[in-house]
Amino acid sequence: MAFAAFSNDKPTKDSSTKRKSGPVVLALLAPGLIYLMLFFMTPLISLVITSLESPDPSGAIGSYFNDVNFSNYATVAVDYLPQIMRSFGYAFAATVFALIISYPVAYFIGVKLRSRPLTQRLMLTLVIAPFFISFLLRTIAWKQLLSDDSGFVNILHSMGVLAPTQFFLGTDAAVIFGLTYNFIPFMTLPLFTNLERLDVRLLEAGSDLYANPRHIFTRVTLPLSMPGIISGTLLTFIPIAGDYVNASRDFLGSSKTSMIGTMVEADYLQNLNYPSASAMSVLLMGVILALVTLYVRRSGTEDLL
Amino acid sequence: MRKFSIGRYVLPLYSLLALVFLLIPIVYTIIFSFNDSTRSNTVWEGFTLTHWVNVCSRQDVCEALNNSIFIGLVSTLFATILGTALAIALVRYSFKARSLVSLSLFLPMATPEVVMGAGLAGLFFNIGFAPGMVTTIIAHIMFCLSFVVVTVKARVQTLDPTLEEAGADLYANPRHVFTKITLPLLMPGIVSAALLSFALSFDDFIITYFNSGSVSTFPKYIYVAASRGVPAEANVIASAVFILAIVVVLATQIRGALKRAKLAK
Amino acid sequence: MAENTKVAGADLELIDVRKDFPGFTALDDMDLHIPAGQFFALLGPSGCGKTTTLRIVAGLETPTQGQVLIGGKDITNSKPHERPVNTVFQSYALFPHMTVLENIEFGLRQRKISDYQKLAKDALSLVELSHLGERRPQQLSGGQQQRVALARALVNRPSLLLLDEPLGALDLKLRRQMQIELKAIQLEVGLTFLHVTHDQEEAMDMADIVAVMNKGRIEQMGAPEVLYDRPKTAFVSKFLGQSNLFIGEVVEKNPTSVSIEVGGNKITVAKKRAEKHTGKIAIGVRPEKVDFHESKPRLSADHIVVGPGEIIDIRFTGVSNQYLIDIPNVGQVTVFAQNIGKSPETELGAKVWVSWKIEHSYGLADLPDGTEEA
Repeated sequence: MAFAAFSNDKPTKDSSTKRKSGPVVLALLAPGLIYLMLFFMTPLISLVITSLESPDPSGAIGSYFNDVNFSNYATVAVDYLPQIMRSFGYAFAATVFALIISYPVAYFIGVKLRSRPLTQRLMLTLVIAPFFISFLLRTIAWKQLLSDDSGFVNILHSMGVLAPTQFFLGTDAAVIFGLTYNFIPFMTLPLFTNLERLDVRLLEAGSDLYANPRHIFTRVTLPLSMPGIISGTLLTFIPIAGDYVNASRDFLGSSKTSMIGTMVEADYLQNLNYPSASAMSVLLMGVILALVTLYVRRSGTEDLL
Repeated sequence: MRKFSIGRYVLPLYSLLALVFLLIPIVYTIIFSFNDSTRSNTVWEGFTLTHWVNVCSRQDVCEALNNSIFIGLVSTLFATILGTALAIALVRYSFKARSLVSLSLFLPMATPEVVMGAGLAGLFFNIGFAPGMVTTIIAHIMFCLSFVVVTVKARVQTLDPTLEEAGADLYANPRHVFTKITLPLLMPGIVSAALLSFALSFDDFIITYFNSGSVSTFPKYIYVAASRGVPAEANVIASAVFILAIVVVLATQIRGALKRAKLAK
Repeated sequence: MAENTKVAGADLELIDVRKDFPGFTALDDMDLHIPAGQFFALLGPSGCGKTTTLRIVAGLETPTQGQVLIGGKDITNSKPHERPVNTVFQSYALFPHMTVLENIEFGLRQRKISDYQKLAKDALSLVELSHLGERRPQQLSGGQQQRVALARALVNRPSLLLLDEPLGALDLKLRRQMQIELKAIQLEVGLTFLHVTHDQEEAMDMADIVAVMNKGRIEQMGAPEVLYDRPKTAFVSKFLGQSNLFIGEVVEKNPTSVSIEVGGNKITVAKKRAEKHTGKIAIGVRPEKVDFHESKPRLSADHIVVGPGEIIDIRFTGVSNQYLIDIPNVGQVTVFAQNIGKSPETELGAKVWVSWKIEHSYGLADLPDGTEEA
């Protein structure tokens, strides 16, 4: 009959699923938000304040007084320019490599293996397997595997890629390699979550319209997986920019690969130069916030969370 | 029909290679837990079970491990409770500052560890609170919190509010609706959040390094030992944790896949 | 199971209930009384306020104003779990983490009823699913889930059972079967049923009384056959079955009837079957009450004849043939001719007259949307 055409009657559904604020919501939110205020917001503010301090006139190491001394920023920006450039350069390169490695894997697991849920789950478990073993030990493993007398370096020598006096460890390439390796799962997981939900019928519709597989990819798959790419690159880029373990000389780096984090650690824990370490942190945070804002403009916070 | 299909051969092969790449250092770490080495454990010197049998012969490794487990458990407990409450509030309630709260929960995830570590250390230093076990746990709760919220939130979003209404309709008071319907249905999400939180805490190095004072943790131990060679006992512990975790995850994954296959019939 | 009383339910009364949501009014000062033991249907399209009404009765929504009374007791401010009301949800809302039997036991255990196990088993056998008690709801078919939801609500012997489009997710055949079962169960347990649906056939089939809702108001309420025979508004006449409506100025009035003029034809309605007797009014007739003729018929004065027109569409639906006839200056008239073998040799484009008995005309209180008032 013509009247069966009326669809479901749910005019109030949207308004009813979200309950009004009240004492309950306050009780749910308050503890977490207070925690966030005390141990996230306050430290950030404290960093800003410390970054403007001046050295104590007495000259005692580690003594500073409250001031509005912007010269700390100028000093770190000049003195640590190589580290700043390296941090973002490494982060950019490693993020790109991680994306190149992760996207096909995520696509394979999320789309191609859909018909085989068990294989899909097993592959996914292998992707997250590195999470279950200390990343420091994994990095040390690479250090041994790529060490100066390793087969890998021997091959590079015999192929002439490296001169006999050159080695792999301690180079920019080694650090980028380690960073890429360590953050692949952070890239693969959000991509997988996104591609897992990709509507394959859209691809079929695409092949109907464009016929060419490359066009289907660039015009349908890629735009649809953009949210996954955005959260994946953020989850990779941000921690890499702040990392200093891979670049450390005890791991894959050398004194020529120090990053922002290396300097913050050294200034904070060894040199007790708190204003310098804080200025560096604020600078790093500022750049990252600017990048995130740019990204958020495109995707919206709700998607990122 | 195309004879050569990317989807058929290249993609599986590429994925397989990528996974092998991911697994190489894990296998290396496990193999070297059996290395008959005394000090540096960098060169293969023969197979032995000694390190597995006498893990705690090196007291410092085991002490670091115990600390890491304790810190992981306590921070996970608090982060999970705080985060679950936040996640429920964010999905189920409408309030004015919602997007602000969302943003302030996203920010910690967008903060590099070194910034959060230095910030917290600065705060504790400024208020004269000596770094140690308590400061480490406070820091760990902080960086786990957002990840708990994200994980539980995803689960709350899939929870049909009608189920809770049905509970109320069937004479359950609000407390019973929560304990008998909401909580059991959110449990898978809460459990994954807790596991993630524990894993993050257990493996954290940078923030811990800034805030733990003289308290040793497993990653901190490895970092410090790295310059002079990590003892094989550390490999034993990491391998044991890895095998345990992977068995648990595989079991739940296989169970889940089988269950879904059964339901699909 | 129904050895005690035939009427176990209580009556429901809504007094002046209003519900405002940001931006729109879902319920507009509604008054409603449902006597105990009735099968009552609220019928209307999406967004008419019928689900809001149900949710207010269940306590899942708070009315902006007004009172809700069950068995004479004001429950407006009671929480859902304090109300003697149970709901069969549209999505069934079965708890996925409990077995079928645990689902049914839930309400009984919440009320601390000691022989909950026996009662739950009885309820499960009432809906003929005794063999599936240990299954999880996800393992059941849609129809089975629907029955579990029904059993879970019925087992509590509520004063009032609310059904929120409970058959909406089922396919047509299963829906018809469940309608019959639901009605049988209602008669057996004697509870008051408040059934919300957009399916007019379902409402007419099952309910003792149907209320047609539109835009947050009850347009008309009554027994299904009365509503069908004498719709009072254009909305009801179109929502409940099909209607041919004729709009015109009243040109003739006598003590028993009123006539309008439409495109040179006189269309008459009995005065007692008309809501309005002056000005521009709408007169309707159901398609199955209309006949058509290939020559101008000579009929007694108790008939209306309109025409000639042209057949512009013929549909064969099995039980009947549906003809669409376009009459110049009058409009299109739908005629259902029962398919009883003597099919007239009528073809598309044939010139015909339509006729019906005056007693089948009904006069509406309003004009259809899009018709400007005179």
